[in-house]
Amino acid sequence: MMACLLEAPLRISVLSEVTATSRHYVDRLFDPDPQNVLQGVIDMKNAVIGNNRQKANLIVLGAVPRLLYLLQQSSSSLELRTECAVVLGSLAMGTENNIKSLVDCHIIPALLQGLLCSDLIFIEACLRCLRTVFISPVTPVQLLYTDPTVIPHLMSLLSRSQHTQEYITQIFAHCCKTPEHQTVLFNHGAIQNIAPLLISPSFKVRMQALKCFSVLAYENAQVSMTLVNVLVDGEQLSQVFVRMMQRDKPIEMQLTAAKCLTYMCRAGAIRTDDNCIVLKTLPCLVRMCSKERLLEERVEGAETLAYLMEPDIELQRIASVTDHLVSMLADYFKYPSSVSAITDIKRLDHDLKHAHELRQAAFKLYASLGSNDEDIRKKITETENMMDRIVSGLSESSIKVRLAAVRCLHSLSRSVQQLRTSFHDHAVWKPLMKLLQNAPDEVLVMASSTLCNLLLEFSPSKEPILESGVIELLCSLTQSDSPALRVNGIWALMNMAFQADQKVKVEIVRALGTEQLFRLLSDPDTNVLMKTLGLLRNLLSTRPHIDQVMSSHGKQIMQAVTLILEGEHSIEVKEQTLCILANIADGNTAKELIMTNDDMLQKIKYYMGHSNVKLQLAATFCISNLIWNEEDGEELRTRGSCGGSQERQDKLRDMGFVDILHKLTQASDPNLCDRAKTAMQQYLA
Amino acid sequence: SSSDSFRRWLCVQLQYPHVTVIRGYLSAAASLQSSAPKMAELGAGSLLTGDPAFNYQEHELNERLKRLYPAVNEEETPLPRSWSPKDKYSYIGLSQNNLRVHYKGHGKNHKDAASVRATHPIPAACGIYYFEVKIVSKGRDGYMGIGLSAQGVNMNRLPGWDKHSYGYHGDDGHSFCSSGTGQPYGPTFTTGDVIGCCVNLINNTCFYTKNGHSLGVAFTDLPPNLYPTVGLQTPGEIVDANFGQQPFVFDIEDYMSEWRAKIHSMIARFPIGERLGDWQSVLQNMVSSYLVHHGYCATAMAFSRATETMIQEDQTSIKNRQRIQKLVLAGRVGEAIDATQQLYPGLLEHNPNLLFMLKCRQFVEMVNGTDSEVRCFSVHSPKSQDSYPGSPNLSPRHGATNAHVHNTGADSPTCSNGVTPTNKNKSHNKYTGVSSASSSPSSSPSSVNYSESNSTDSTKSQPHSATSNQETSDSEMEIEAEHYSNGVTESSTRIMNGTYKHQEILQADDSSVDDSCSSRQLCGGNQAATERMIQFGRELQALSEQLCRQYGKNATHKKMLQDAFSLLAYSDPWNCPVGQQLDPMQREAICSALNSAILESQNLPKQPPLMLALGQATECVQLMARVRSGSCSFARVDNFLH
Repeated sequence: MMACLLEAPLRISVLSEVTATSRHYVDRLFDPDPQNVLQGVIDMKNAVIGNNRQKANLIVLGAVPRLLYLLQQSSSSLELRTECAVVLGSLAMGTENNIKSLVDCHIIPALLQGLLCSDLIFIEACLRCLRTVFISPVTPVQLLYTDPTVIPHLMSLLSRSQHTQEYITQIFAHCCKTPEHQTVLFNHGAIQNIAPLLISPSFKVRMQALKCFSVLAYENAQVSMTLVNVLVDGEQLSQVFVRMMQRDKPIEMQLTAAKCLTYMCRAGAIRTDDNCIVLKTLPCLVRMCSKERLLEERVEGAETLAYLMEPDIELQRIASVTDHLVSMLADYFKYPSSVSAITDIKRLDHDLKHAHELRQAAFKLYASLGSNDEDIRKKITETENMMDRIVSGLSESSIKVRLAAVRCLHSLSRSVQQLRTSFHDHAVWKPLMKLLQNAPDEVLVMASSTLCNLLLEFSPSKEPILESGVIELLCSLTQSDSPALRVNGIWALMNMAFQADQKVKVEIVRALGTEQLFRLLSDPDTNVLMKTLGLLRNLLSTRPHIDQVMSSHGKQIMQAVTLILEGEHSIEVKEQTLCILANIADGNTAKELIMTNDDMLQKIKYYMGHSNVKLQLAATFCISNLIWNEEDGEELRTRGSCGGSQERQDKLRDMGFVDILHKLTQASDPNLCDRAKTAMQQYLA
Repeated sequence: SSSDSFRRWLCVQLQYPHVTVIRGYLSAAASLQSSAPKMAELGAGSLLTGDPAFNYQEHELNERLKRLYPAVNEEETPLPRSWSPKDKYSYIGLSQNNLRVHYKGHGKNHKDAASVRATHPIPAACGIYYFEVKIVSKGRDGYMGIGLSAQGVNMNRLPGWDKHSYGYHGDDGHSFCSSGTGQPYGPTFTTGDVIGCCVNLINNTCFYTKNGHSLGVAFTDLPPNLYPTVGLQTPGEIVDANFGQQPFVFDIEDYMSEWRAKIHSMIARFPIGERLGDWQSVLQNMVSSYLVHHGYCATAMAFSRATETMIQEDQTSIKNRQRIQKLVLAGRVGEAIDATQQLYPGLLEHNPNLLFMLKCRQFVEMVNGTDSEVRCFSVHSPKSQDSYPGSPNLSPRHGATNAHVHNTGADSPTCSNGVTPTNKNKSHNKYTGVSSASSSPSSSPSSVNYSESNSTDSTKSQPHSATSNQETSDSEMEIEAEHYSNGVTESSTRIMNGTYKHQEILQADDSSVDDSCSSRQLCGGNQAATERMIQFGRELQALSEQLCRQYGKNATHKKMLQDAFSLLAYSDPWNCPVGQQLDPMQREAICSALNSAILESQNLPKQPPLMLALGQATECVQLMARVRSGSCSFARVDNFLH
């Protein structure tokens, strides 16, 4: 009891004492004698090292503006100015709040101004402080680029000393975040100035220079193309990077060098079958995914590897058999491990922090691995609990994990076999549908794209999805502002309509509404247009469906077809449209919509003589359907509606179609030739 | 002339009665000298003849194996170099120097499976071992297995099916770990693929590679002494092995570098705990005692002042030793003997072997024209005679970097010290019987071994620099082995040092020696000197006989004497099969023996603790190889000596 009473006032007195000493340090900065000021700054320097509370105190007491003032005063001695920069650097080493306070005091322009001084020691002190400020996440990167003279000046300081090299490259590596930044640095000769530093005797300089190249080359073809031609001491840069990936080099260096080569490869500067990619970069990145590496390294390794091989099936195949990568990735889902939870709270914390990152990285890598090769997909789905992991990943709280999980699912959904088996067994459509309810666009794009595959005719998930009321959802996607979502919405509907029941088709047309359907037919995005035509084509299949749809929407459809055939569209679009026309021509009553439309018949005639074989073929197909001798068709005979074909044949002959067909029987394309001959036979029959 | 009569006498002594001395030509003695190695060469010759490509491949193989597995002593544990024609099932056919394997059975079912093992098991001292197999043809079904098996495992099987047998099979890509049922492991492999098998003898695991890509660990807890093995099962299957004959598709050296770095960092981070202070003083004492031992008097004093350490021996004593060493190294052995007798009376009397060695050396130096007993006759003798000549390569370094060290050594007449790895020396001691061959370029004792295997010519292709070094160590070691009878240090390490200021001793010598080869003459070309030398030779002979009576026959003495006298059988002793003796570098061994003897007589350690520690470490690493601890491959002592 007594002890407690005694302790409280004591603590207060200690506190006030601390503040008092801090105040004393600040007061000395205002001493009229410059020698005392200098000694004061030096004492302050010694007092703040490693003492975060002291740093905070000094900042609160207003030391920063005074230090900056002294640093900028040309009347200050060089020694004083240098010591001020050192103290400021020390303050910056503290908490993020310290950095914020320093930035608020406009420390950056003051220090950048200081770099114009000629004294190397002073420059180095300023750079050290700038480095510490700029690598903090709370500092706005843009501050480096505000004054256009800064970057060229920093480039010129690179030759001054190993310290300037280290600090400047570290600043660049942290502050190059956008393509604009890349361009600014590139235009000021970053590559020529930094390349020689890759063989600096100082490890730190080499490392920071390497990091610069990784951020400069990322998704930047201009930089990447330049990099492949750079020589460092007579050696190609890619070979320098390869050496930095040697297995006895520090992991950080191996990983960063692998990133550089990955970015150069993805930017098209190095071929994917180059040995430095196939035999060096890829294996290096696989090693980074191994259990022996730190969690951070495993995340970066997996993400970089996923990025490297995304577009190349050969790299995917190689990676899939390298060092058991597929099962190695399964370990990414085992954090926090049950052991860490019990034994070590610190480790649990560490594991928890990285668990999400690890999972999303693994999903990304699986997605990349399985994007093309059926065997790899099979291997992935057969990995322990993989489908369960994806399913639970779809509903994780972290959006990054959800996105990566759905990407992985999408990649695997390209497999007919997986759609038929594991996807159905694990009812992946359920969490997928849930994910589609309200998700950010990027997740929606992936999820709806996956849904497209799940709605393919042979997918056993198609039925349950239909029953879950997906049509409304897809129709709403077609109204999105994002072209990718519109495409996926209409694509899914198209897949859904393929060989569907009349009920489903009617439901689609109803839910979408003809207005929206025709709006989509004039969509600026060709993909959307193509898929909409595809949907129409799928809706207009089998005679009863054709006739039914055409009887209710015939007028609009014919208008739309006319519009497209008259418009400026690609061959593919026109072909698809002619195919729709051919489907219409296959209907019983729908035929008449064409036969009575001379303008349309002229168009068909025109396309039969088109220079493109595909269009000729589609148009001929259409005519062939129109002249089809129905006496052939058994169901029609029973219906007894006859005589129509003879009339049509006569009309078409009068319009000169027979001559054209005759000519086409001589066509060099065998398909076209066959089609024309078949059509001619109808006349003979 | 007296010189000729001496030669005749010499020939009788050497028991070559048929020799007649013909000036200007190599004597028959010389041809007899080299007869032994010639025999060895003939044994190898049958394989070599007329196939330069194969020759080149063998050279490549030796180079690569030496680079990959520097810690392996092939005398003890030869490396696999081909498939064994004796250790295979009858359905296996071998061709192309036993590197190509083809199937010649019926191949009806698994009972027709057939395997072949390599000639030798994988030595643990490899640390990491690797070989590759190229599938030339998958034959009918491609039932091929690549892997490892212990000696005695049934060869009528594919690798992996039995106990102590491990394999990776091409048809299903499964791994078989001593079991008839495989585990899914990697991709399948077929015609055109190159499959590699890497055994990590540090953690006893194995992984495979396909076309240069690592497939991940296949087996763990492997037993020792496994042989590379392949098995085939259907007609038409053909595979080629690469044990190092060609560059590997997989970058095995990169993998090794990772393990080397791992083990080095393990050593660097070895915890020393509380004893940090102790360690410092131990290290200082080691440096100080080393300096004292070799008589770097001033340096030792400066060092002890700076580190505040004590020096046991007093300064005069150090300086005396320094003086005697300088004399020996300058080739003035006679003076060195006098000085020793004067400063350390009784020392040589108690060490008759050492005295004999010194006298033998003195004789050699007389031939050289360096010893003062002949120099006094030719005051104006050509400078070249007065030699501790131009290349102050005091100490040969052994190992891969030799050539390099030799080249640069010539520019730096200050200091170098070398540690000779035991394995070479030991083997030389073991083969002293054949070491008369030591002057021939192909004289590595390994030739005896290899002529039994199919790769005899390997000895032929050893790089010249290495061979000459072996010769150096050869003759040095004979002397050393004679004197150091104690276990650990006997032959493990040996120190050479040379901060001796040659200029100081050789003031008269400022011109080069090497360009005047033709002008070099016996005893400086002086008649009186030659007579003195011959007289000295007789005295030496008498001493030998006396020692023989007193202590019994001594083969080493006899050999030493023979070698020394043989010099006279040649018109140009500097360019003759035994001319190596005249190399000033040869003085180092005797110099260090004398120094040790003096120290021992003063009750000081005859070896500096630093060298003891080095020797112990080296021996330890070799012991690791014998107890099959693979990490010895990357913990080599010479990796830490720069």
